[in-house]
Amino acid sequence: MPRLIFILPLLLFGTIAAYFAVGLTKDPRILPSALIDKPAPEFKLPALHDGGSGLAKSDLGGEVKLVNVFASWCAPCKVEHPVLMLFSERNIAPLYGINYKDKKADATAWLKQLGDPYQRIGQDLSGRAGIDWGVYGVPETYVIDREGRIRYRHVGPVLPETLENTILPLIEELKK
Amino acid sequence: MIAEIGHFALVLALAVALVQSIVPMIGAARRDYGWMAVATPAAVVQFLCIGVSFSCLLYSFAVSDFTVINVAQNSNSLQPMIYKVASTWGNHEGSMVLWVLILALFGGMVAIFGGNLPPTLKARTLSVQSMIAFAFLLFILVTSNPFERLDPPPIDGRDLNPLLQDIGLVMHPPMLYVGYVGFSISFSFAIAALIEGKVDAAWARWVRPWTLLAWIFLTAGILLGSWWAYYELGWGGWWYWDPVENASFMPWLVGTALLHSAIVVEKRDALKTWTILLAILTFSLSLIGTFLVRSGVLTSVHAFATDPERGVFILVLLSIAIGGSLLLYAWRAPQLKGGGLFAPISREGSLILNNLLLTTAAATVFIGTLYPLLLDAITGDKISVGPPFFNATFIPLMIPLIIALGFGPMMSWKRGDLSGVVQRLKFALAVSMVVTAVAAYVTWGRSVFGAIGLGLAGWLAASVCIEFGSRIGIGRASAGDVFRRATGLPRAAWGMTVAHFGFAILVAGATGASIWQDESIQSIRVGDSITIAGYEFSLRNVDDIRGPNYVAQRGVFTVRQDGKIVATLAPERRRYLVQGTETTESAIFSNGISDLYAVLGQPDGAGRWIVKVYFKPLVPWLWLGGMITVLGGIISLTDRRLRVGAPTRKRDEVPSGAPAPAE
Repeated sequence: MPRLIFILPLLLFGTIAAYFAVGLTKDPRILPSALIDKPAPEFKLPALHDGGSGLAKSDLGGEVKLVNVFASWCAPCKVEHPVLMLFSERNIAPLYGINYKDKKADATAWLKQLGDPYQRIGQDLSGRAGIDWGVYGVPETYVIDREGRIRYRHVGPVLPETLENTILPLIEELKK
Repeated sequence: MIAEIGHFALVLALAVALVQSIVPMIGAARRDYGWMAVATPAAVVQFLCIGVSFSCLLYSFAVSDFTVINVAQNSNSLQPMIYKVASTWGNHEGSMVLWVLILALFGGMVAIFGGNLPPTLKARTLSVQSMIAFAFLLFILVTSNPFERLDPPPIDGRDLNPLLQDIGLVMHPPMLYVGYVGFSISFSFAIAALIEGKVDAAWARWVRPWTLLAWIFLTAGILLGSWWAYYELGWGGWWYWDPVENASFMPWLVGTALLHSAIVVEKRDALKTWTILLAILTFSLSLIGTFLVRSGVLTSVHAFATDPERGVFILVLLSIAIGGSLLLYAWRAPQLKGGGLFAPISREGSLILNNLLLTTAAATVFIGTLYPLLLDAITGDKISVGPPFFNATFIPLMIPLIIALGFGPMMSWKRGDLSGVVQRLKFALAVSMVVTAVAAYVTWGRSVFGAIGLGLAGWLAASVCIEFGSRIGIGRASAGDVFRRATGLPRAAWGMTVAHFGFAILVAGATGASIWQDESIQSIRVGDSITIAGYEFSLRNVDDIRGPNYVAQRGVFTVRQDGKIVATLAPERRRYLVQGTETTESAIFSNGISDLYAVLGQPDGAGRWIVKVYFKPLVPWLWLGGMITVLGGIISLTDRRLRVGAPTRKRDEVPSGAPAPAE
């Protein structure tokens, strides 16, 4: 048998290991610098709820807002959900949702069961807006300032500590 | 004091592991029996040291010793004892100690029960096993010491993640780890064989029971995890293609392939280099799974702690272990002599098909899990593929696998008779068509996949029964004869039949669970009811209750069918006091064919509660089928020829090249 076949697994692994090495240097919790402090990308999403409001770029700006990417199939979303409910009840800033690659029925059922903290929810069925935003995994949360620029991105569930120590102080500062 | 003993024992284990990695390996190269013999006591001592260390950690958790950082961060004095104990492995550091404990356990078992192994093979296998242990012990001591002290100690601990405070999760990680880590033995055997330059039927016979043992635990562990997700997360799903689930599923797929290809090595002396590669890959995927979970490269609900320093360490470790073994493979494997020839249509051919489909399936899962990561490394784009990708790629691979699974066991070795097999499987084909037709009729207009899935399950179950029936001579021999044949059949044959039959039931369960459930979500008052699929769920009352470390609201539902009470369900919404997180405890009633499932949602403040109720047909079959499959593995493991430590009988009862008895 040609020797090359036996070397192939090694070469494949070498390639994968190299990617792992590059992947390790990137903190998945940090937004690619390309988008930080830049205006939010162009996007326009239909409303999730019948008769509700959708979400588009034009809805951002004016005041400080939070955009949260979620899906009913995502386990960590369930973990952060109570934190978002609490945030919404405190009326600190509007919370908008992007429902990512989800079935409409599943998403509405999920929100009905757990509570709906969002003022607006855009339905991103194809994941197209997710690509524009640079969504790596669900959930993700963005802080948008008054000019409609992305100021902070959090990957993974928003835990009470994240909210208290990072997001709330940032919102306070941006509101000044 | 206890924590210091634990720490010291771990350092001691590291030293023993170093000796065990080097001395027997050199001894085997020089044919020095004294040096080789070091491996056996060293493996036992290594296990004892790690055992002492683990017990110390367990003790610190059991008595809530909050001077140990790890305990303070992951346990709480209010937790019930069982969760205090489970907290030991419910965190990064502790789970790594459990990991090496199991590694050393398998090493110790080979040392004790491997008396019939050739001395050089045994010495080399234990040496390789110890190299892995050394690397992971170093990892624990350098980056994740579980015994670090905290001064001053806090009044109370931070509690275990409430989602993990569940009986399913007490058992899930240890089982999964025994599976994961158990494949290290197949790996060590493969590396030792590459160094020896010899792979034969005897080698396969030594490797198979260990692989099977690991496979049984991994299967059971994955089932438990899936069951946990089903009732604890409260969305009624059972598999989410979460990166961490995938990390355990990939070694399972390749390990299953390994289990089957090792049969070909044993019976026919063929597929040697492929089997060696599978053994390396199975454990490599277990290592990669550990890397993915521990490094923070992927974030997930399961990830305990993410820390780049640990990531770098594990990556280096991974590169040495996997890269080194594949390098050895590239160098030595071409020198292994191939064995018996066979036609494409034969038992060997069908096992190769099984291997190709399973490894391709593992590759798609691998790509789906890692593609987002790779793309990020190349272009900086961050994307997520999610369940739709897996449903579109994985399921189409399972369909030919199930069809081929019906044919495979009927084929004879070396050269099979396809038309003869088709002839004998006519009945199974008919069963499959009837099941498909009935399912399509009953569920007309809902989903074609459901009918196909059940048809496949019917095909598999029927062909397994036909194969077994024809083997014990049903329809050809007298009743007494059939009984004699059935009892005389090797356990391995029984195991195969049971495992394949269990898989058929699992397929039916998975189909039903994915396609035919009925659900309803409504906002109702106490006294109101919801009806789905003929079941009337009425909410009788909602009480406040108090658990040891949480408060909860419990809704009580009475479920009636045709006016008769069939079940009482009591789902809860819990709020854990220490971390302030909420969890949903769904309530499930199962009658063996379908499940009734209820979840209590939030109150709306005006006396109404959001409740979610499901009717889930065939879901119990998922776990039942899985358990039967595991049982098949256990039966097979008790086969005399495979029994761990059983003395080797006449070597090569089947001269290679001659057709082996069908089994």
